[in-house]
Amino acid sequence: MSGVGSTEPHKSAGAGSAGAGVGAVRELTMSEALNEALHEEMERDPTVFVVGEDIAAMGGLFQVTSGLLDRFGPQRVIDAPISEAAQAGAGVGAALVGCRPVVELQIADFVSLVMDQVVNHAGKWRYMSGGRVTVPFVLRGAVSSGIGMAAQHSQTLEAWFVHAPGLVVIMPSTPYDAKGLLKSAIRDDNPVVFLEKRLLYSRRGPVPDTDYVVPIGVAEIKQEGSHVTFVSYAQGVHLGLQAARQLAREGIEVEVVDLRTLKPLDIQTVVASVSKTGHLVVATEAARAGSMASELVARVCDVAFDALRAAPVRVTAKDTPMPYAAPLERAVLPQVEDVVDAVNQVLGRVPVGR
Amino acid sequence: MASPTTTTSVQQLEHLLLRMWQIRWFELRAMELFEEKLIRGSVHPYIGMEAIAVGACAALREDDYITSTHRGHGHCVAKGLELKLMMAEIIGREDGYCRGRGGSMHITAMDRGMLGADAIVAGSSAIAVGAGHGLRLQGRDSVVVCFFGDGASNQGILHEACNLAAVLAAPVVYVCENNEWAISTPVTASTSVSNIADRAAGYGFPGVIVDGNDVLAMRDVAAEAVARARAGEGPTLIEAKSYRITPHSAATKTDLRPPEELDAWRARDPILRFSRYLTGEAGVEPARLEEIEEQARRDVEEAVEFAKASPRPEPEAALEDVYAPADWLTPGRLA
Repeated sequence: MSGVGSTEPHKSAGAGSAGAGVGAVRELTMSEALNEALHEEMERDPTVFVVGEDIAAMGGLFQVTSGLLDRFGPQRVIDAPISEAAQAGAGVGAALVGCRPVVELQIADFVSLVMDQVVNHAGKWRYMSGGRVTVPFVLRGAVSSGIGMAAQHSQTLEAWFVHAPGLVVIMPSTPYDAKGLLKSAIRDDNPVVFLEKRLLYSRRGPVPDTDYVVPIGVAEIKQEGSHVTFVSYAQGVHLGLQAARQLAREGIEVEVVDLRTLKPLDIQTVVASVSKTGHLVVATEAARAGSMASELVARVCDVAFDALRAAPVRVTAKDTPMPYAAPLERAVLPQVEDVVDAVNQVLGRVPVGR
Repeated sequence: MASPTTTTSVQQLEHLLLRMWQIRWFELRAMELFEEKLIRGSVHPYIGMEAIAVGACAALREDDYITSTHRGHGHCVAKGLELKLMMAEIIGREDGYCRGRGGSMHITAMDRGMLGADAIVAGSSAIAVGAGHGLRLQGRDSVVVCFFGDGASNQGILHEACNLAAVLAAPVVYVCENNEWAISTPVTASTSVSNIADRAAGYGFPGVIVDGNDVLAMRDVAAEAVARARAGEGPTLIEAKSYRITPHSAATKTDLRPPEELDAWRARDPILRFSRYLTGEAGVEPARLEEIEEQARRDVEEAVEFAKASPRPEPEAALEDVYAPADWLTPGRLA
């Protein structure tokens, strides 16, 4: 890592991006970092506008759109009716005629209401037109598990979008990545689904005051290690980092790879790490069946099976709707100890199948 | 036949007839090409409804936009798309509007203001709102006409889109083509109101009923709605009452509609009615009408020849254009 004072604003690998870059580095929450990204991109490009519920005067439920109304006015900062499908569809239409809309889903679970517009329209329009149109459209949504919001407000549904051709899917884990990736998403000519973990909104991290972007499709090694490769994104990265600290006390070094972008997938970074460690644990807060964790294991087996010295292990949520009561929700969502167990399992330190 | 409320030259009237005949012949030939297995999947002919698209698009400028449906060839022709590129697309050739990726139900031509045909019923109703808002945001005064059918009027997103369009006063004109039937279900069995235009009241904007088989009446109500939209006064819902004379699609052999109902609507054929008006009130020579029909037939035949001569796409091309160019898009990297 080049460290503070480097002229390079960001490195895609190394012991975290914190502190990199020129200019002042502030400690911002992820909400504040995302808010800065929107301010900067709306300032930069008059075709960028935001649509969502309670996003204008209120600045959004999580303050991500705070201050935008005063600065850019009601034509570009639109408090929409509670009509998620129409918001998304309007985003697609505006993108087709040359705008760069950012649609905010208050709660990411509401994607079930917009799937036709996102999957059947945003993701396909370019292809169906023979490459004659672009759909530069960003759909942001707050993934709200872990705080007792129950089954209809707590899903982690990135796999739905990874499965649909034509979309880019991003899930950041830090304020730095969130800001840089949202800026990249807005500037990209493709439809992007940008999922933000609600528990991370208030988490602070260093963010330089430079106009940096984080490239789409580039994973980052958040912590180096030689024994086990742990791959995740968003909240899963923090589970991995905590588990890595515990395991380090036992002499086990975990390499924590943050995908940051799920589609396109930076399989090279994952495979390079697995080639080094020979052991793979993948984690997601989504339900297990058909998950990104399953896809990751399959992808690594496709191209680097020989590098694996043990069967990869998936850490996921249980295949249930999200329960409300705290002990139940905790039982369904993956915890730090589940990651610790998985690392021990892949290293043969505990019996398989516990 | 409504008398034109705007001054219209004979040349303009003849152009409307030409467009209607082009649609008619295009659809007749497309149905034949389907039987000859040159067209895969299906085609949904617009026969009997030509006056709606031609009338509505006659009220538009070149820099206005439309959205369309699975039954979209008529809208494309009326908006001035090239018959050759349309036909090449429909038979899946490289020279087609979408290089053979879209087919009959997905023709898109941004250079002619065609935002894309959409085979999800009511799917483009919100796209029209966003396009309208996006155009306005860029300082343009273009209008978006959203065509949809009676079936779409019962889709949830149409409700959301109409409300959003009203709230934003978006420059959108909704044109509901009520052709009375889904594949086999009559609109009376599926729809809570006799006039779909009545639903506009729920959104606080005008709902207008028009004889969809009268091209001049159609053009006049569209012109008024377009002017309203362009002036920033918000959307209008036009319900064009019409009928599809042909089956739901070339692949649908079952037709449960009563033969006498079909006969009654055949007698109200929009092309025949307009032709009668032209030779009567407008004083056009019958021989001139034959010339126009012949020209349309020739235009379509040239399109068929062009399409047949166009190369088939190479299989490798199937992987192109999933994404727009981007820094992260390197060959073989799609994941």
